[in-house]
Amino acid sequence: MTADVTTDSHDIAVTVNGTQYRRTVEARLLLSDFLRHELLLAGTHVGCEHGVCGACTVIFDGVAVRSCLMLAAQTDGHTVMTVEGLASDRDHLHPLQQSMHDCHGLQCGYCTPGILMTMKVFLDETPAPNEAQIREALSGNLCRCTGYQHIVDAMMLAAERLRG
Amino acid sequence: MKPAPFKYIVARTIEQALALKAEYGDEGRFLAGGQSLVPTLNFRLTQAAVLIDINPLTQCAGMQNSQPGTVRIGALTRYGQLERNSETARDLPLIGEALPHIAHPQIRNRGTIGGNLAHADPASEMPAIVLALAGRLRAQSQSGERWIPAAEFFGGALSTALASDEMLMEVELPVAGPRSGSCFMEVSRRRGDFALIGVACTMQFDANGLCSQARIGLCNAGDRPILAEDAGNSLLGRNIGTAQIDEAAALVQQAIDPGGSIHASKEFQRHLAGVLTRRALTVANERSPREH
Ligand SMILES: Cc1cc2nc3c(=O)[nH]c(=O)nc-3n(C[C@H](O)[C@H](O)[C@H](O)COP(=O)(O)OP(=O)(O)OC[C@H]3O[C@@H](n4cnc5c(N)ncnc54)[C@H](O)[C@@H]3O)c2cc1C
Ligand code: FES
Ligand code: FES
Repeated sequence: MTADVTTDSHDIAVTVNGTQYRRTVEARLLLSDFLRHELLLAGTHVGCEHGVCGACTVIFDGVAVRSCLMLAAQTDGHTVMTVEGLASDRDHLHPLQQSMHDCHGLQCGYCTPGILMTMKVFLDETPAPNEAQIREALSGNLCRCTGYQHIVDAMMLAAERLRG
Repeated sequence: MKPAPFKYIVARTIEQALALKAEYGDEGRFLAGGQSLVPTLNFRLTQAAVLIDINPLTQCAGMQNSQPGTVRIGALTRYGQLERNSETARDLPLIGEALPHIAHPQIRNRGTIGGNLAHADPASEMPAIVLALAGRLRAQSQSGERWIPAAEFFGGALSTALASDEMLMEVELPVAGPRSGSCFMEVSRRRGDFALIGVACTMQFDANGLCSQARIGLCNAGDRPILAEDAGNSLLGRNIGTAQIDEAAALVQQAIDPGGSIHASKEFQRHLAGVLTRRALTVANERSPREH
C-alpha cells in the first residue's frame, strides 16, 4: 500500500481541566501523549497503549475513556478532565484522593490516576454503590500492587464522604 | 507503540463519509469508537493511509422501532448507550445479557455496534448475537444501499461482505416476541476479556408448546462468528427437554472448529461449547412462556 507519510497536522482547541488550549497536533498523536508531552500533564499514565490496563483513563465529555485509544485531533471542540483536575489545590485533596490515602488504596500509584478518573464518573452517577457495583466499575483498571481490596474500601468511603 | 503516520479527515455528513470512502477505498478506514482500530494501529498490526472520522454523524446513533416487531440500531450507537437504555433489556434481552461481558465500561463508552460488526472479530459477542437473532445489516455507498442478512455478512477472519466503498449504517433485529426466550453465556479468563467460548441462543414456541424456531450463535468457535444451523434445526417441531438439548449440544460440538490458544486448548473449547450450549438452551427454554 502507499501509506501517506507526509505529516498531517491539525489545529485544535480543547478544554482540559477548565483551561482552553490551542495547539497544532500531528494526526497520529494519541490523546495520552498529547496530555503528557504537549500539555505536560503527566498525571495520566500510560501502561499498555492498547486499551487493556486502564492507567490512561481520562474523562472525555463527561464519560470515562481510554486516552491511548483516542487521537488528540479528535478532541477539537471537546472537554477533557485528567487527574490534575481533581484537587482544588495542593493542600486539599478531592474526597476520592483523600479516601485512597486513608485506606491505603495505592502502593506504587501507577494505576491510580486511571482508577480515580473511572471512579469519579461512576460515583457521580452511582452515589450509593454496593461493593459488587464498585468491583464491576473497576473491572477495566488493572492494579498489580494492591489486590484491589483497599481500593474498594477507599471507594466505599469516598462515596460516603461525597454524599456528605 | 505509536501509529505510523496517516491522514485524518473528519466526516461532517454521511455524504462526505461515503465520498471519502469511495475516493480512498481500502486505503481509507472509518474511525468509529477506535476501540479495535486504534490498538492495531498503535501496534502497527494495521496501517491506514487515511482515517475517516465518523464520530460527528450522531444521526447514525440510537435505537429505532421503525416497524412493529423490529428494532434498528444505528452503526454509531455505543455499547454504553444501549446499556443505559431500558429498552435494550426489554426488546433485545440477548444484547442486554451480553453487554456486561463485552470489554470494560470505558471501552463500552466509546465502542460502537457498527464498528464491532464491521470489525467482525470471531471472538466477539455481537456477531454471534446478530446471527442468533437472524438480523440484517444495511450497507450504503454513493451508488445506493442494500440489506445483507447476518448469515451472509460475516466472511473469514475479520472480513465481511462490505465492499470497499460501503459504510455499515445500521443493524435490524427482531424484538423478543411472545412464546420466545433467549440466553447468552460465555466463559472468559477475566471479566471483560474476550470469550474462550460464548453461546447466544434464541428459541420460539408455537401454540402447542413445540419449538418453532431455534438458533445458536457461537463466539470464538472458529475463524468467523458461527451459526450452528444443524443444532438449531434439530430442535424444531419438538417438545424441548434434556434429551433434545443434549442432542443439540452434541451437534454444536461437531459444527465448530475452535482455534485453541495458550488459554484454552481446542478440546477444552469444544468441551465448553457443549456445556454452555446445554446451559444456555436450558435457560432459554425455561424463559420461554408457553401461554399467550
Ligand atoms: C481492552 C479491550 C477489550 C475488548 N474486549 C472485547 C470483548 O470482550 N468483546 C468484544 O466484542 N469486543 C471487545 N473489544 C473490542 C470492542 O468491542 C470494539 O469497540 C469494537 O469491536 C469495535 O468498535 P469501534 O466502534 O471501536 O470500531 P473501530 O475500532 O473504530 O473500527 C473497527 C473497524 O471497523 C471499521 N468500521 C467502523 N465503523 C464502520 C462502519 N460504520 N462501516 C464500515 N466500517 C466501519 C473500521 O474502519 C475498522 O476497520 C475490546 C477492546 C479492547 C480495547
Ligand atoms: S495505556 Fe491506555 S489502557 Fe493501558
Ligand atoms: S498501586 Fe501499583 S499498580 Fe496499582
